[in-house]
Amino acid sequence: MTRGYLSIIVVLAILAALPFLVASNVVLNFVVFVLIITLTAQGWNLLGGVGGQNSFGHAAFFGTGAYVSAMLQVHYGVNAWVALAAAIAGGAVVGWIIGFLSFRAGLKGSYFALVTLAFAEVLRILANAMEFTGGAAGLLLKLDTGFWNLQFSSRAAFVWLALFFVALALFISQWIANSRFGAHLVAVRENEEAAKALGVDVLAVKLRAITISGAITATAGCLYLQYFLYIDANIAYGVWISIEALLAAMVGGRGLVLGPIIGAFSLHGLGEVTKLAAGRVPGIDLAVYGAVLILVVGFAPGGILGLINKLRFRGRPRPEPEKAATPAPKTEEAA
Amino acid sequence: MLEVETVTKRFGGLVAVDAASLEVRKGQIVGLIGPNGAGKTTLFAVIAGFLKPTSGRVVLEGEDITGEAPHIRARLGIARTFQIVQPFAGLNVRENIAVGAYLRHRSAADAHAKADAVAHRVGLGEDLAKPASSLTVAGRKRLELARALATEPKLLLLDEVLAGLNPSEVRDIVPVIQAIREDGVTILMIEHVMQAVMNLCEQVYVLSQGRMISEGAPEKVCTDPQVVEAYLGKGAAERLARMETGHA
Repeated sequence: MTRGYLSIIVVLAILAALPFLVASNVVLNFVVFVLIITLTAQGWNLLGGVGGQNSFGHAAFFGTGAYVSAMLQVHYGVNAWVALAAAIAGGAVVGWIIGFLSFRAGLKGSYFALVTLAFAEVLRILANAMEFTGGAAGLLLKLDTGFWNLQFSSRAAFVWLALFFVALALFISQWIANSRFGAHLVAVRENEEAAKALGVDVLAVKLRAITISGAITATAGCLYLQYFLYIDANIAYGVWISIEALLAAMVGGRGLVLGPIIGAFSLHGLGEVTKLAAGRVPGIDLAVYGAVLILVVGFAPGGILGLINKLRFRGRPRPEPEKAATPAPKTEEAA
Repeated sequence: MLEVETVTKRFGGLVAVDAASLEVRKGQIVGLIGPNGAGKTTLFAVIAGFLKPTSGRVVLEGEDITGEAPHIRARLGIARTFQIVQPFAGLNVRENIAVGAYLRHRSAADAHAKADAVAHRVGLGEDLAKPASSLTVAGRKRLELARALATEPKLLLLDEVLAGLNPSEVRDIVPVIQAIREDGVTILMIEHVMQAVMNLCEQVYVLSQGRMISEGAPEKVCTDPQVVEAYLGKGAAERLARMETGHA
């Protein structure tokens, strides 16, 4: 338990020190962007990784976070911090609604994934069509740097801001991993019927997970807005962010607290390196993502962290003799 | 403690359970036996809330619980095991049992302490850190039992916890079940291993083709012609009786 917190603090310390060591705006820009992806993926990881409910539409939460904050600031002149709080609440509400509609209907696996994708697409089309959301032109936030406006002229400040929220999500995830809610969530992922028999309210657990997940990912959407000061429907509700979210979590190690951050930095680090190496081949980084995903799914289903754990225990006597050859329990007819 | 009142469960045109009733009194170990396909597991699923009966009532301690969801029944004190074991394969033994323990213990420390205690009680004390997927069949059956026990039930429904075990494993686990009863847990068990049924149960119900065909003490039920016929076919009781007298 303490080891979990220790590794979180080490990772956070390294990232927090980065702006002191590197002055390059290109690098800091990269770090901010990847931290936003990390936060998005942390939201996904709680629901998809820990809870096993694979969402393909986390854009719904990311976009809601971005749009709620943008609309409040642009249309009503609401303070950026208040707008952020409202955006987080908005993400939670959208999460709860999507969860209520799909989990109550008993949707699981690919059906749940498709429904979440559909919700995100509906929101994207609505945001693209309605005047209130800026339509196809999107929404532009007025440049006005200052702490109270959640806008910073220095990139380093934004690194720390994003890092603060990533840290918060890390600690929340770690806390959940050691809690009753976490145990219930994992039980639901592993075997819903058995979980029910042990008194787990499966629907309530899933709803809680998707609500928190929505809130975390909405925060990421809001940070995106504050950093780039512009969103439109294809950015905020685009399929790209849904894919980024699940890709980072799966490549890093799904269900693990540090999975999303490791995955996001590895993937985007690799993407940048390929772009540098391959020069101007458009889309080469995406091809690399695809290849990495195939490799992970095929050879390291536990992601990078899962692979590291496996290699660490290789050669050492395993904690117990593997009894994989156990005959399958006699499946007698249902009497 | 538990009353099942004329429960019927239909799947389309198939009547899996047909107006079956049974009663379990506090502190008893009651057996539910019957040939394959008799509807025993279906009846269990109705008692535990996994299936809604087409008609009939399930009453726990005087309260009608027919409409309650499985997790509510677990809170009320009904725990079940599954005939086809359902471990949380990705978790280790302690974590598996802790899921059950969390029902009555909020904090992780309490739940894990409870899990450890229960594991020792069913003989899984050495395997706490093992992944559940690495357990043998006997180990998985014990894990089913441990998880159910960790919820601190009043009524334990055991669905063939002895099936697939060899005789020495059966001998090992029978005292465990006796000890559970001595701690004040009432038990209703589906079992095919007659040696165990004879040893453990004071009351036995026999289900055949969805109907309750016999009930009583195990010795009495075993000689009931209707029960013999349900297992061995029509006329078997008569032939057996003739053989007996022939030998005498």
